[in-house]
Amino acid sequence: MIRSLPQDRGYSFGFKFYIICYFIFLFAPLLVTCVLAFNDSNFPSLPWKGFSLDWFFANTGERVGIFHDSSNLSSIWVSAQTAFIVSVLSLIVGTMGAFLFEQQDFPGKQGLYFLALTPLVIPGVILGISLLLTANALGLFIEESTGLDIPLLRPSFWLVVFGQFSFISTFVLLVVSARLRKFDHCLEEAALNLGASRFDVICSITIPFLRPALIGGGAVAFLMSFENFNTTLFLVGSDTTLPVNLYLQVRDGSSPVINAVSLLLIVSTSLLAMINLLINRDKKVE
Amino acid sequence: MKFKLSSGLFIFLTPVLLWLFLLIVIPQIELLLMSLRGENNLGEPIWTFANYLHFFTEEIYWYTFVRTATYAIIVTVLTFIVTFPVAFYITKVVSKRLSVFLTILLLVPFWVSELVRVYGWMILLRESGVLNHIMLSLGLIDKPVEMLYNDISMIMGLVYTSMLFMVVPLISSLEGMDDSLIEAAHDLGASKWTIFTRIVIPYAAPGITSGSIVVFMLALGNYLTPNLMGGKNSLWFTEQIYNQFIASFNWNQGAAFGFLLLLLSSLIIWVGLKMSKQQLGRVLS
Repeated sequence: MIRSLPQDRGYSFGFKFYIICYFIFLFAPLLVTCVLAFNDSNFPSLPWKGFSLDWFFANTGERVGIFHDSSNLSSIWVSAQTAFIVSVLSLIVGTMGAFLFEQQDFPGKQGLYFLALTPLVIPGVILGISLLLTANALGLFIEESTGLDIPLLRPSFWLVVFGQFSFISTFVLLVVSARLRKFDHCLEEAALNLGASRFDVICSITIPFLRPALIGGGAVAFLMSFENFNTTLFLVGSDTTLPVNLYLQVRDGSSPVINAVSLLLIVSTSLLAMINLLINRDKKVE
Repeated sequence: MKFKLSSGLFIFLTPVLLWLFLLIVIPQIELLLMSLRGENNLGEPIWTFANYLHFFTEEIYWYTFVRTATYAIIVTVLTFIVTFPVAFYITKVVSKRLSVFLTILLLVPFWVSELVRVYGWMILLRESGVLNHIMLSLGLIDKPVEMLYNDISMIMGLVYTSMLFMVVPLISSLEGMDDSLIEAAHDLGASKWTIFTRIVIPYAAPGITSGSIVVFMLALGNYLTPNLMGGKNSLWFTEQIYNQFIASFNWNQGAAFGFLLLLLSSLIIWVGLKMSKQQLGRVLS
């Protein structure tokens, strides 16, 4: 039944078999994608025609590898910029939110906290279209009243940033709040008694204490933004992000270049996840 | 001291208020207002319920709506059935060291973009795909079978993408469970079935609720998986919204659909919370 109780063989064998099947199910699509990135073929399918790095480095008429594919490269760059700005913005606002809800008291706090959690339960598509509608209405209003055309309010890079920021902040808020709850206020009070200013206390005591949560929250925010599709789809302008660009390619056909991009994504996100995990483990050892 | 407190409050409150009102509250109100707008016969803008009436009179719209909701519930139940044994195995059956390793292994695929995972399934399942190639060369089938672009592949894809959000709350609620509860039941002669239904499941109920809510919402609002794995007539409600916005450019109708989807997801989450007697704040954090 459990590890401390005797197990009959059928039960334990059956359970092991199920777990193995589950992990095969979990990894099969990723493994196949990675392996076929190296197949010397024009389609991402079997049979295996030999090992090739063409889909990474080639630049001939027939095959253009990912490192020469300007459309995919520029969308990776757009995604990286978006993710960077979104994670910085949501770290700032999410942390301020955590301080607000954990350390301050004001009328209507419960209601505002509830409101801060709602982005998690609003489907991403709805966040996207509602922001699109609002930005459009605002743009029309400004154009009619002042004659100014503000490109920011049309589907564009910054609209994507705002759309993603609107729900990623909540994740940062939850991560930082969880850490802030464990904070011992005596430390702050001691510093204040010894003559530190409020600003000094935040910089040299509270922020260092929150560092693991800030790094973890930042990493989560970066990844969520980098791979967001649902909200971005409605807000994206001429500079497409990587998920949207990949979606357009997958929908219209397929080429092993997509496998090559996927492989890069899988390797880099796994590395980032591992680093994040190691940092968190160090924290526990302390 | 009083002044200091209130200035601190002001610094923290302003950005949070700006974020929540400019990006969440006002857009949702605009969505509602936009869904109530339309044009009369002369082409002048008016307030109208026509967009909602249109939804109820066109069979295809409400059929898609009901279908999406039903499938999202099926996906939630299936995700629970698939991941519960895994969560139980990792927290209770396997040795402690292996358990940490398996948990990490379990999380890694979900850091990868949903699009990459869906793409992986597409090259596995489609007619020229890897599975077909393997089955053909093993002689299991004579000619390729199309396994992609149907409801089953779509549901499987949705379960695959949602598993993480079920397994993590399940693991964390089962981790808190004292093994001696199970040992005691076992010593008193309870069968495995009794132990699961009377002890383990009730104990894991908070995890099950929060996992189910998140999975349901993600399935309901998913666009990628139904669109790419469900084929031409996958009829997912988010696709109707997309069509109204991007293809027909009928933003009022699209806003009405969006608001209906928002109502549906809020309603189901509310019912889920009421049934399990939990609060949103506790479930999410």
